[in-house]
Amino acid sequence: MTDIIRLTAAQSAEKIASGELTAVEVTEAHLARIEAVDEKVHAFLHVDREGALAQARAVDAKRAAGEPLGPLAGVPLAMKDIFTTEGVPTTVGSKILEGWIPPYDSTVTKRLKAADVVILGKTNMDEFAMGSSTENSAYGPTGNPWDLTRIPGGSGGGSAAALASYQAPLALGTDTGGSIRQPAAVTGTVGVKPTYGGVSRYGMVAFSSSLDQGGPCARTVLDAALLHEAIGGHDPMDSTSIDAPVPPVVDAARSGDVRGMRIGVVKELGGEGYQPGVVQRFNESVEVLRELGAEVVEISCPSFVYALAAYYLIAPSECSSNLARFDAMRYGMRVGDDGTRSAEEVTALTREAGFGAEVKRRIILGTYALSSGYYDAYYGSAQKVRTLITRDFEKAFESVDVLVSPTTPTTAFPLGERVDDPLAMYLVDLCTIPVNLAGNAAMSLPCGLAPEDGLPVGLQIIAPALKDDRLYRVGAAVEAAFVKKWGHPLLEEAPQL
Amino acid sequence: MPGITREEVAHLGRLARLELSGDELDHFAGQLDDIIGSVARVSEVAGEDVPPTSHPLPLTNVMRPDTVRPSLTPQQALSGAPAQEQQRFKVPQILGED
Repeated sequence: MTDIIRLTAAQSAEKIASGELTAVEVTEAHLARIEAVDEKVHAFLHVDREGALAQARAVDAKRAAGEPLGPLAGVPLAMKDIFTTEGVPTTVGSKILEGWIPPYDSTVTKRLKAADVVILGKTNMDEFAMGSSTENSAYGPTGNPWDLTRIPGGSGGGSAAALASYQAPLALGTDTGGSIRQPAAVTGTVGVKPTYGGVSRYGMVAFSSSLDQGGPCARTVLDAALLHEAIGGHDPMDSTSIDAPVPPVVDAARSGDVRGMRIGVVKELGGEGYQPGVVQRFNESVEVLRELGAEVVEISCPSFVYALAAYYLIAPSECSSNLARFDAMRYGMRVGDDGTRSAEEVTALTREAGFGAEVKRRIILGTYALSSGYYDAYYGSAQKVRTLITRDFEKAFESVDVLVSPTTPTTAFPLGERVDDPLAMYLVDLCTIPVNLAGNAAMSLPCGLAPEDGLPVGLQIIAPALKDDRLYRVGAAVEAAFVKKWGHPLLEEAPQL
Repeated sequence: MPGITREEVAHLGRLARLELSGDELDHFAGQLDDIIGSVARVSEVAGEDVPPTSHPLPLTNVMRPDTVRPSLTPQQALSGAPAQEQQRFKVPQILGED
């Protein structure tokens, strides 16, 4: 059973298709793993044992009937608890949606079911995806499988921790300011933020609509590509979904040839304030790319230093508007309805009881930034910075094919260290935020352990909009070179749980 | 840029329909003051000539064909309602008594 959980998604699918393993065997192995370790890790908020086994049985029946199977048929997946799942609880890590059973599937959920992927359950996250440590979950934090006393990143810490502890070979995340890439970096896994509009947002609970993007999480670059292809593509139910084919991500992941590619190192994302071991591993990755035949140059993106400030005005502004829907009238929690209070009073009492501290902070900050008298100075200026950042990217991509940087300034820090220090917590997303503001694509993949603490470091690769395939081409090349150098995938160095 | 006071936080809480406690008002006022102080620098960088970007995609009025298709039943739509009556969402009083 131990061997089954260590297979990649591509390997599992192949063995299921050939009959070497059944989908039920693969699913049962993962359910047993969850049973054995998740009490310690707390990656899952809800495990859908019956639903997963039913889906696995359907895949096995399909195969027995000689029907064709897709490239991920029978492979288990851990889904961030932000995507709606018909008949299965969806909380977004918030008390305000405790016990809510959605009456419909998100587009991503539908596509996974159509691809015969087995959904094991829903993973822990910072409430409404606001946070970088999963400590803002109303249901308690998740531990980092490399060191359970440290953060697994956030907001998608549950999905990343599930992958790193072999509870699932595939997971789903959403990335508004780094919530896929930063958890991937600190857990030694792979995470991709696709081009904005590349994966449907229908049925994905909204935080900041112009920034939110769902995407794949996995332990290998090829697995992430297979999942990207399964969930990506145009959706008429999401008016901001791009009407274009999914970039050839799987072909790119299989090629992994970077000879002749031009790669830019972002000057502003590194140096002072970065952990020495992070810088060291990043510099080694750049050396590896050179050895593989890429041409590496330094690129300056001067507006990036304002990205964090712009983000913490734009994201809270959009969140204050989006979260107005939680009004205690149509679904979710209702508090204080004793027959004497008005609807408005009940709404205010419910939101006070149902939202956690970080969500309230951001709603208030957004309400402030959008209020008359401050709008131009704050929200208006932040939107101009967004233009400048987009221009920096456009200029950079005139001379290089992709950009690279560390994914995060530090490795995983101890749980509790920054939970009530919002500004220190916000700094975690320094390198990932520019991509969300411009709407292009980026990946994080493991590039080694920091010598000073033995914890994973992430390499970020950034591509222009709709050129997501370049991430996989470069990512596959770096991954293969490192696995050859280390003699095994990085995760094999993680402690036994 | 002006500092953010406890009274302002209370006012913003009312606008945002959040019945904040006294402790929260004290706690958030200090934190929000720090955050505002640190993000205010956005106004230093962009000049008059820089147009704002509200969204990564230049989209306006995306349409799809107006065709009849399956949708939620009333029962499904009401399945998460805190209270319901006669196939409708039941809400507390919206207008005053008089």
